[in-house]
Amino acid sequence: MIRYLGKRILFMIISLFLIITVTFFLMHSIPGGPFTSEKNVPDEIKKSLEAYYGIDKPIGEQYVDYLKRVITWDLGPSFSEKSSTVNDVINRGFPVSAHLGLQAIAIAITGGITLGVIAALRHNKWQDYSAMVIAVLGLSVPSFILAAFYQYFFAIKWGLFPIAKWETFEHTVLPSFALSALPMAFIARLTRSNMIEVLAQDYIKTAKAKGLNTIVITVKHAVRNALLPVITYLGPLTAGILTGTFVIERIFGVPGLGREFVLSITNRDYTVIMGTTVFYSIILIVMVLLVDIAYTIVDPRIKLSDAGKE
Amino acid sequence: MERILEVKDLHVSFHTYAGEVKAVRGVNFHVNRGEAVAIVGESGCGKSVTAQSLMKLIPTPPGEFKKGQILFNGEDLIKKSNKEMEAIRGKDIGMIFQDPMTSLNPTMTIGNQIMEGLIKHQGMSKAAARERAIELLTMVGIPQPERRVTQYPHEFSGGMRQRAMIAISLACSPKLLIADEPTTALDVTIQAQILDLMKDLQKKTGTSIILITHDLGVVAEMCDRVIVMYAGKVIETGTVDDIFYNPQHPYTKGLLRSVPRLDLNRDEPLTPIFGTPPDLLKPPVGCGFTARCDSAMRVCQQYDPELTDVSSTQRSACWLQHPLAQERVGS
Repeated sequence: MIRYLGKRILFMIISLFLIITVTFFLMHSIPGGPFTSEKNVPDEIKKSLEAYYGIDKPIGEQYVDYLKRVITWDLGPSFSEKSSTVNDVINRGFPVSAHLGLQAIAIAITGGITLGVIAALRHNKWQDYSAMVIAVLGLSVPSFILAAFYQYFFAIKWGLFPIAKWETFEHTVLPSFALSALPMAFIARLTRSNMIEVLAQDYIKTAKAKGLNTIVITVKHAVRNALLPVITYLGPLTAGILTGTFVIERIFGVPGLGREFVLSITNRDYTVIMGTTVFYSIILIVMVLLVDIAYTIVDPRIKLSDAGKE
Repeated sequence: MERILEVKDLHVSFHTYAGEVKAVRGVNFHVNRGEAVAIVGESGCGKSVTAQSLMKLIPTPPGEFKKGQILFNGEDLIKKSNKEMEAIRGKDIGMIFQDPMTSLNPTMTIGNQIMEGLIKHQGMSKAAARERAIELLTMVGIPQPERRVTQYPHEFSGGMRQRAMIAISLACSPKLLIADEPTTALDVTIQAQILDLMKDLQKKTGTSIILITHDLGVVAEMCDRVIVMYAGKVIETGTVDDIFYNPQHPYTKGLLRSVPRLDLNRDEPLTPIFGTPPDLLKPPVGCGFTARCDSAMRVCQQYDPELTDVSSTQRSACWLQHPLAQERVGS
């Protein structure tokens, strides 16, 4: 187990290195630079700015410099926000994004599993059909349309929740639901099909033959077995939530990391692009590892080890 | 002798897209206290449907109990609500399924799977149920039960899983144990062990057993009486001796002939019963076996024979038993 984890962490570092390299060179291959949009900058000032930030050096040298700094978790200064470093930007934006993301994940998991289980238990009845209509809507309506729809009805028409900004808990409700729609729909469909399969298994009949009632059978015997594929999906789900936040944070004016990420690209804010990419990659890679560990908890048949691979 | 179970004119159908499949078409039999009764017949003859009906494990819909009674301790199970059945399942009637590889929940420890029934039916505390689970595992011959009780099914071999399954079904000392082909999925040496275990436990606990099987060797080994089913009906019943030494129905005779024998030459081909059972979507008007029967007469196609007494212990549903046919055969 420990050997396995060591190996996994080594691979994580390698993939992180690859992500940094590819992003770095892709980013520099886009025309323009951090100071091209600022008008009327005399050449000397521009030169000295570039010298100050070290982007006048050859690209190979810049790359090595960047790698050296990243190892110590120094992501450098921001170009567009001259007063703060990239570390500051992340420290400021991430708690907000994490709050929004976790709330959305919680809604997606609980809502999705509930819908899926109900649909499976009432297979081919109206409850099943309505749950699946909700799921298909969630899958096919893009989040920005859904967000605008929420804003129009819940904020403008009925005034139940604030339309935008990030201040109180009420402000978090609409963006969280908008963000959770797609993963919730996906989880609901996945749970439903797995539950239907599990409910037809022999061990469910064994449980019935023991005299257990439907609720106990569903909760103790069926759901746990049906959840394994859903857990597999949690890795990509996190990725979905993360990329989803770019859109949702823009629409609802949430001062999170997703907005910084999008803005940094239009600004050619090299260090912020790199910093946020590295940061998101780390989260994603760690999530995938956590999902693999979660397997072993849910399914005792799965053991983490690299035996047999060598 | 006291009848613990009596099935009267049971009809079970399944509603499918193709139409109504009449899987069980008027089954009558009884089980006495402490007796082991075998239900034999080939695949699709309604054995398993009959067995699962006894516990009302048939999903309705698509299944439907059309007619008949299942009297268990004098009470009709057909009339019982689902809630009332939950109190009977696992407590008064236990069931062992065919495939131990799929009949145990892979994500739950063996101990917990045994304990569930005890906690539900006997109101035991978790600790007491655990003690009892260890006792049960010892009883079914699983070594190191204290360690085994915390293990998962994938850590058990097939035979051990079936032993654990037996422990689950016997947890609350049921009055009736239904074993639906308990040895079919196991290899031959393990089969013998499991049968010995079941015989042994029956002696100890005095439960009645209904053994569903298509293996006549198993029947001879452990049963008192035999019920032969064909196309959703009982076509012959009798004691083990009646059925093995004096079979009356041509189907029973055919079944016995098709059993591989150790005393015959190895090159000798087996004697099968040719043809296939009738489609129960459109059950035949007369005797279901007519198309495959060597002794079929014209009457067999038009009228279905009733079960008639052959002796005080044996009954057979065949027109050959009719006095007119007997006369012809005699002459």
